[in-house]
Formats: sequence, structure tokens, C-alpha cells
Amino acid sequence: MSGATKPYVTVRDLRRVFDVSRPWLNRVLENLPKAYLKAVDGLSFEIRKGETFALVGESGSGKSTVARMVVGLLPVSGGDVTIDGISMTGHHDPAEKMALRKRIQMIFQDPYASLNPRWRVERIIAEPIHAFGLLKGADVTKRVGELLTLVGLHPDDGKKFPHEFSGGQRQRIAIARALASSAEFIVCDEPTSALDVSVQAQILNLMRDLQKEFGLTYLFISHNLAVVRHMADRIGVMYLGRLVEVSEGKRLFSHPRHPYTRMLLDAVPDLGMTGRERQMVAGEIPNPISPPSGCTFHPRCPLANERCAREAPAMLDGVACHAVEEGRSA
Amino acid sequence: MSDPVISVRNLCVEFVTRRGVLRAIDNVSFDIAKGEVLGVVGESGAGKSVTGSAIIGLIEPPGRIAGGEILLHGKRIDNLPQEDMRRIRGRKVAMIFQDPLTSLNPLYRVGEQLIETILTHTDLSPSAARERAIALLAEVGIPAPDKRIDGYPHEFSGGMRQRVVIALALSCEPDFIVADEPTTALDVSVQAQIIALIKKLCRERGTAVMLVTHDMGVIAETADRVAVMYAGRVAEIGPVRDVVRHPLHPYARGLMGAIPTLETDAERLTQIPGAMPRLSNIPQGCAFNPRCDQAFDRCHVERPEPIEPQGENVEPGHRVACHLYTGGEGAR
Ligand SMILES: Nc1ncnc2c1ncn2[C@@H]1O[C@H](COP(=O)(O)OP(=O)(O)OP(=O)(O)O)[C@@H](O)[C@H]1O
Ligand SMILES: Nc1ncnc2c1ncn2[C@@H]1O[C@H](COP(=O)(O)OP(=O)(O)O)[C@@H](O)[C@H]1O
Ligand code: SF4
Ligand code: SF4
Ligand SMILES: [Mg+2]
Ligand SMILES: [Mg+2]
Repeated sequence: MSGATKPYVTVRDLRRVFDVSRPWLNRVLENLPKAYLKAVDGLSFEIRKGETFALVGESGSGKSTVARMVVGLLPVSGGDVTIDGISMTGHHDPAEKMALRKRIQMIFQDPYASLNPRWRVERIIAEPIHAFGLLKGADVTKRVGELLTLVGLHPDDGKKFPHEFSGGQRQRIAIARALASSAEFIVCDEPTSALDVSVQAQILNLMRDLQKEFGLTYLFISHNLAVVRHMADRIGVMYLGRLVEVSEGKRLFSHPRHPYTRMLLDAVPDLGMTGRERQMVAGEIPNPISPPSGCTFHPRCPLANERCAREAPAMLDGVACHAVEEGRSA
Repeated sequence: MSDPVISVRNLCVEFVTRRGVLRAIDNVSFDIAKGEVLGVVGESGAGKSVTGSAIIGLIEPPGRIAGGEILLHGKRIDNLPQEDMRRIRGRKVAMIFQDPLTSLNPLYRVGEQLIETILTHTDLSPSAARERAIALLAEVGIPAPDKRIDGYPHEFSGGMRQRVVIALALSCEPDFIVADEPTTALDVSVQAQIIALIKKLCRERGTAVMLVTHDMGVIAETADRVAVMYAGRVAEIGPVRDVVRHPLHPYARGLMGAIPTLETDAERLTQIPGAMPRLSNIPQGCAFNPRCDQAFDRCHVERPEPIEPQGENVEPGHRVACHLYTGGEGAR
């Protein structure tokens, strides 16, 4: 990965608001206002070609919402996603957008829900090939066999249905399908979170091998910090719909700067039993419908002061935190 | 070790299905002492939950305990009439499940559920039971417990609900708790809080805990000893430090190497080829033999029993079920 090349994916001020109001009649009877939830609130990051950019954060921080907007499964409420110079959100030539879609694929957490249970595996994998008119007839069958072999399954497995496979094997099928359209950018939303650690190791190794072989670019989403550390070149930490810190992979762990990043790292169970010093942070992610004022982390933050409750910190040099900016985070 | 609170002796559990009798737990033995946390790890389907359910008498048809004994303070409880076992489940043993909502009734206030449990199992008056419920909620770290006690489960966050479930499990001061994946559904920051809570309770109340989880990190943090299960059997058991740092069984070694950690920098994770066998298709001899790169002739015919390995530098009570350590031909 070289720093000089221009970014392959650029996400600028991405926003998504959900209307979570009660039904109209309830609102009228109970005199309730409309309610909105800012699931993603002004997110910007870049991904270079061939690198793995990871988003980490606790449940509800907005990771999946970002993923779905980046691949175009969910309309944005604001901001822009540009991939290889083509805006996903702007008004572009439909043919150009179609060509771009082919190069982007997504892998989901639950490999069962994302595979049509009534289709044989060969049809599932061939779907993008047909959809984009890439190959025809016997060539499709041959390609499906190649893809199955590539992900460590057997070409004969194409004749089976998804329920005949284990969780890890289903995730391999999902990966094979993602590769079927010769995608070069793959958005992976918690791809191993539903899997046993031994199966997770197989899938993570496979994803890295494929990245090396085909120069794939990954947006890799997980709540598991150790997994993210293993996979990512760069990492963005999310809290309540915002990025609080962006850092080179290993550096985030050796030099965490944002108080929330530090708290997350402290919370990871210490498998090495090194007896590392940790500070337990009280509290949980607040209700996203009525987030705290200013820096949304301030009710849980040991460094919070009066400014934090008032003013949201801007992202400066990879961290959004007043204490870091003021030099009082030590 | 002091007298165990719970002893599991050669436990076997079977499920009767159309395709035949499946043996889900096959000759499992371990003890848990007062104030001790035994961690149980293993892949999905290894038999962790079935073992836990068997101990607290919750195996239901088509399942059955097909052999062995379960002793609570030295007295058998696996052959008690249902009615007696139900009484023990209220007072002496309790459980905490992964999803707090399975243990809480959404239609009743949290306090009602706690108070009812306390009233059923103690002689306290209703007002004393309410006081006790509030004290329990405070003990598990619920802020403003005198107000929250009148809330409904859906008004609590996931972590708070799990605290309530723990309070519910503690309400009768059990001697033994099975906690089956108590933190799997929770965020890491909340998980750390719940783990700290379970540890504190063991220390302060002397409760014996069987902690079932997929997460080796949670085990390393919480458990005193750990059992690694594979295909319904105990592959390795011993003091947690020893097993985590020096796993002996090839499966346990593979499992440790497969986990990405914050401390290590492996380019590739250890990959155990293949998958755990189905219950209908457990191999002869060592159940791990099709996936084991060190398997030799004996592994295919003779089942290894857990023994303390000779000549290895291990702590007392560290046992492993593998022919590499049983001496004789092929052993190291
Ligand atoms: N009611 C049942 N009928 C038939 N087989 C069952 C039944 N309940 C459990 N089993 C089998 O018993 C074995 C052990 O299951 P168990 O639930 O104890 O696994 P586990 O280790 O807790 O897995 P997980 O990590 O997924 O919770 C599995 O092969 C499972 O399929
Ligand atoms: N379709 C939807 N309607 C309303 N709220 C939603 C919807 N999808 C997500 N949210 C909310 O947006 C926030 C972010 O969700 P999500 O992106 O799924 O988080 P993550 O993947 O990080 O767990 C959460 O508070 C979630 O409840
Ligand atoms: S801005 Fe203030 S409250 Fe937010 S993380 Fe920094 S110090 Fe803490
Ligand atoms: S008994 Fe044999 S097959 Fe089983 S783990 Fe040991 S060496 Fe491998
Ligand atoms: Mg998600
Ligand atoms: Mg289980």
C-alpha cells in the first residue's frame, strides 16, 4: 500500500437519518413529536486500492448502516460515496453506475440469511455472472466450479442447497458469490461474527489470501478489536454514528488516543493474561434517539469537562476529542 | 482442592432420534469447588450447553442422562424425582442464559419477578422480599434500584437486563450457578462489566460457577480452571493459565492459535482443517483423529482418556485426553 496514490473509495460527510416516530395515530393521541435517529452523522474516510479499512464500534454505532450505504443498498440522507472516481450518490450515467456495481460486492454477518435457501449453490454463485452478463452456458458452470475450489469447497458442492452446509462453509459460498462478478471492492459486515473461532480463522486466512491474489480492497466491519487488528491496514473507530479516531492499524493499539478507543481496548479480555492495567468504564452506549449534547461520549468520559458537554469536537489529525486537542489527555 | 460443590462423574447424555440414538455427552467428568469458576470452551455443538443442562436437571425428552452421576455436596441429584429437583433448582443451583429475555417475562415488572422468586424460596415477608430485591439489584450494579425495580424488562438495556438475570439467579443464594454464554450477546464494554460482576460474586459469596463460552479471552479473565470440550468429550482440563499458555491437546493448541489477540502478530492464524464430526458420525478412537496432524495408528482404535501427562512440565490437575501423552508407541 502506498500513500501517494489517490484514494479508491472516498466517503464524504455521509449521513443517514431514520424516522423512528410512533405511528401517526399514537402521536396524535399521546401528543408525541416526530422522532428521528441519526444512525450515521457526518462520516468521512478514504480507502486506498488494495488495502483493508476497518470500522469498529459497539452495537448500534452505525457500522452496518455505513456498509449498506457504501454498496448502495440504502439511500443516503446526505454526503457522498465515490468509488474509483464515480459517485454512487450523484447523478451519473446509469451504464457507468451499473459497471461500478459489478465491481462492488457485500458479505454479510449471517451467511444463511444472505443465501436463497431454495436455490442450489451453483445458481447462487452464478447469479452475479448472469446479472452482469459476464459469461454464458458451459463457461458459467466451469467458472462456478473454479470459484468453489478457490474458496476451499468442491465443484460438486454446487449441486447442494445452503442448508446442507455449516456456517463456515456458507460464508465460503458467500465469498465465492462475491468474487463471481470479479469484484474488486468487497464490503464485509461482521463476516465471522457468527462463526466459531476455528472456522473464523479459516475464513480470515482465506480473505487475506484472496486479497493478495486479486488485489482486493476491503471495507471490513467488526465489533471484535482483535479480529480488526489482525485484518486491517487502517482502522476507524465509531461511536454513536460518528468517527472518533482513525489510525494506522497496529498504531491504534499501541497508541490509542481517543478516550473511547482506550476504553474499548481496556474492555477486551486479556487472553495473554499479561495482567495489563485496565480501567473499567461505567455505562453503556446512550439512547441514539436522544444522544448527549456536545461530544456524545461525554457522560462516560473520564476527561470530560464543561466544553465537552457543549461543543462537538471536530476531527483533527485523526482524533475528534477536545482533551487531545488541548493536550490534556496525556 | 476443598470438597467439591459439584461433581460430574462419567456423565453420558443421549438423544433419541429417528436416525438412532445420538450420544451428545460421552463420559465427561469434572469437579467444581466452592468459589471456583470452571470455564468450559469448545466449538458450537461440542456439548457445553447439554452438560450444563444435565447438571441442573433440565435435559428433556428426547434427551436423557444415559450414564454417570452428578453430585451436589456429595449427594446424587441426577436421579431425584422431578419435584425434588425443581426445589433444588430454586435454592441450591441456578442458571444464567445468553439471552436475558428468555429468563425474564416481558409482561411483568422486574421487581415482581424477583420478589416472586424470593417469596417462593424463602420465608421472608413481602415487604422484606422487596427490600431484598432492591439490595440484590444494587449488588449487581443497577443504579437507583429502588426506582428501577418497578420497570419492565424492555426498559432496560441488554447489559442491565443481564444484571437483572444475575440478580434473579442470586436471589436464593445458590451454591452453584451455570452461566451459559452470559456475555455473548453483549458489547465488549458491557461484557467486561458483567465478567467483573461474576468474579466478584464468586469471591464474596463462595458460589461455584460453570461458565460456558466460546470466548477464550473471557475464560482467561474469569476462570480458575478450564475444560476444553470436543465432540461431547473433555479433551483437556486444568488450571487456566497452564491450559491457555501451554495447551497440550492438538485440538486445544489449534484453538489457541486460531484466535487473533491484541498481543500477538501472526501473519496467518492457525487453521484446523475440516469441521467437528456430526454426532451420528463420531470417528473410532480419538474423536479428533480426522483433523489431527499428529494422529497415529493407536488414535484410530483406542479412545484416549484424560490423564495427567508424565514427563511434561504441567501443574497438578492438568489432564489431557491424547495418546501423545499416554506413553507407549507413538507417544512423545
Ligand atoms: N434436543 C436435541 N436433539 C438432538 N440433538 C441435540 C439436542 N440438543 C442438543 N443436541 C446435540 O448435542 C450436541 C451438543 O449440543 P450443545 O447445545 O451442548 O452444544 P454447545 O457446545 O452448547 O454449542 P453452542 O456453542 O453452539 O451453544 C450437538 O451435536 C447438538 O446438535
Ligand atoms: N431501518 C432502521 N430504522 C430505524 N433505525 C435503524 C434502522 N437501521 C438501523 N437503525 C438504527 O441505527 C443505529 C445504527 O445501526 P447499525 O448501523 O445497525 O449499527 P451497528 O451495525 O454498528 O451495530 C442503531 O441505533 C439502529 O437501531
Ligand atoms: S471531547 Fe471531551 S468528552 Fe469527548 S472524548 Fe474528548 S475529553 Fe472526552
Ligand atoms: S489422540 Fe491421536 S488423534 Fe487424538 S489428538 Fe492425540 S494425537 Fe491427535
Ligand atoms: Mg451491524
Ligand atoms: Mg450452547
